[in-house]
Amino acid sequence: MGIVFHTVLFYLLAILACGFAVAVVLSNNIVRMAFYLVACLGAVAGLFFLAGADFVGALQLMIYVGGTLVLLIFGVMLTARGPLANIQTSRAQWAMVGLIGASLLAVLLYAATTAGKWTHSGQIVADRSHVSKPTATPIGLALLGVRADRLNAERTDAALGKGMAGYLLPFEIVSVHLVVVLIGAAYLARARRRATTPPMAATSGDSNNLDPGD
Amino acid sequence: MADFLAIWLPSWLALTLAALVHVTLILTLALTAAAAFTWAERKVAGRIQDRLGPTRVGGRFGWLQAVADGLKLVSKEDIIPRNADPLLFRTAPYVSFCASFCVYLALPFANGWVAQPLDIAVFFVLAVAGLEVLGVILGGYASGSKWSLFGAMREAAQVVSYEVPLALCAVIPVMVAGTMDLVAIGNMQAGWAWNWLIFHNPFLFITFFIYFTCAVASVNRAPFDLPEAESELVAGFLTEYSGFRWSVFFMAEYASMFAVSMLAAILFLGGWNGPLPITVWLGLAPNPATGYEPHALLAYFGNFLGMVNILIKATLGVLLMMWARWTLPRLRIDQVMTMCLKYCIPLAAVMFVGTMIYLYAFPVGLIFRSGGG
Repeated sequence: MGIVFHTVLFYLLAILACGFAVAVVLSNNIVRMAFYLVACLGAVAGLFFLAGADFVGALQLMIYVGGTLVLLIFGVMLTARGPLANIQTSRAQWAMVGLIGASLLAVLLYAATTAGKWTHSGQIVADRSHVSKPTATPIGLALLGVRADRLNAERTDAALGKGMAGYLLPFEIVSVHLVVVLIGAAYLARARRRATTPPMAATSGDSNNLDPGD
Repeated sequence: MADFLAIWLPSWLALTLAALVHVTLILTLALTAAAAFTWAERKVAGRIQDRLGPTRVGGRFGWLQAVADGLKLVSKEDIIPRNADPLLFRTAPYVSFCASFCVYLALPFANGWVAQPLDIAVFFVLAVAGLEVLGVILGGYASGSKWSLFGAMREAAQVVSYEVPLALCAVIPVMVAGTMDLVAIGNMQAGWAWNWLIFHNPFLFITFFIYFTCAVASVNRAPFDLPEAESELVAGFLTEYSGFRWSVFFMAEYASMFAVSMLAAILFLGGWNGPLPITVWLGLAPNPATGYEPHALLAYFGNFLGMVNILIKATLGVLLMMWARWTLPRLRIDQVMTMCLKYCIPLAAVMFVGTMIYLYAFPVGLIFRSGGG
C-alpha cells in the first residue's frame, strides 16, 4: 500500500508540474508566466522530496525557485513597459518552438520508456526504507572524494581507489567561474552607468566627478 | 508517528493521519502565535510609548484584542483594485503564508519532535524562508499601484541581499556542529548554558547578533521595514490590501518572525535545552555521563518541557524584535543596503574564518568542552 500512496502523490505533483508548465506556455501575461514557472518548479521540488532526494529538492527550491524570483524582478519587471505587459507570440515562433519542444519531448519519452533497460532490470525500488535514507551525507562525502556508491561495490582495495576522484576540483572550478561571471557582471553594469553620464562631465577631465555614488 | 500508526492501520491511512496531525499542530502554533503577537505588539508598543495599549477587550489586559482585530478584519470588504491582476492579487497572500508555514515542517520543537526530520534541515529552512518574498513581490506587482510596486521592489532588493549574510551566519554553527540536522544540533547543546553554541567561541557570540540583525531585516521588521514604509510609501506592498488578505500577509510576517527566532534558538541558544540541565536532574532526559535512559513517558514529559523552553526562547526573540521596532527609527534604503553589504557580509565572513581557525587551534574547546553531549 505504501507504493500506492507514493504513486498517488507522484501523480498529484506531476500533474501540478505539467499543468503549470503548460500554463507558462499558454499565458500571455509575463508576470503570470513567471508565477506559473515558479509553481511548476516548486512542484518539481516536491517530486524530488517524494523521491527521497531532500537535498536536491531544497536546492531546487533555493536555486530555481529563488533564481526565477530574481529573474522575475530584475529581468521582467524592469523591462516590462506597462504594469501588465502582454507578450504576443508570432506563428513562426510557435512553429519553431513547437518543433524544438516536440523533439525534446520525443528524446525524453524514449529515455523514460527505456529506463527499465538501464537500471535494476526494471524492478521497482520505491519502498519507504529507501525513501527515508539521508541523501546529503553521501553527496558531501563524494565532494571530498569518498564515493559512497563505489564503497558499496564489491571490489578490491586497488580498484576502489580508482574511481574516488571526488567532485571537489570541478566544484572549485565552477565556483571560480561563477566569481568571474559575478565580477564581470558588476563591471559591465558599472561601465554602462559611466557611459550614460552627460558628455559635459566626461570631457571635464576630472574623473572623480563621474561616479559620485560609487 | 506514521510508523507507530502503521501497526494498526494500512500505511497510506497512517501516513495521511500522521501528516494531518503534524500539519494541524503546526498550523495551530503558527496562528496562535500570530494572534498572541498582535496583542503583544500593541501592548509592547503602548508600554514603550508610555501608553497602556489595549485594556478593554476581554478583561484586564485586553487579551482578547487579537480576536476583536480578527473579527474586524474578516468582516471588512474584500477590495480588488481595477488596475490589479485579480488572480495574482488574490493568490499572493497565500503564497507568502505557505512559505512561512512550510518552514515549520523542518523545525524541531524538542528532541525528535519534528514534523519531518531532515538531514539538511538548516538548508531547507533557509531555502523555504526565502520564498516568502515571492508573495510580497507578486502582491506588490499585481496591485497595479505605484506604492505597492515600490514596496515590492524594495522588499526584493532587501531580502535577496540579506539572504547572503543570513545563510553565512547559519553556516557557522553548522560548521561547529558538523551537521545540518537541527535535531542533532539541538541535542549537541544539552547540559549547562555554556554548552550552547553561542558560548562556544567568541566568534560565534558575535555571529549570533549578526544573524539576528539579518533575520530582522529578512522578515521586514522595523528598523528594516522599508517595503511598507508608511512615511514614504503609504503602506508599501500592503497599500491595496484590506481585510482578510491583509491579515494573511500579517500572519505570514508573524509566523516567519517566530520561525527565524526559533532557528536562532536552535542554532545558537541551546534549542530545547534550558540553561540548567533540569531535565537530566529530574531523570526526564538521557544522561550521557551515567548512561541513564528515561522511561518513554518520562522522556515525553522531558520533551514537553523542552518544547516550552524553545517556545519561550523564540518568544523572547520576537519580543526583542518588537522592542527594536518601537525603539529604533527606520533606516533609509541606502542605509539598509550599506548595513548588509558593507557590514553584515564582511563581518559574517570574518566570523566564519575566525571560527574555522578556532576549531583548528582548539579542537576540544579552549575553556569549556565542545565535544557534544
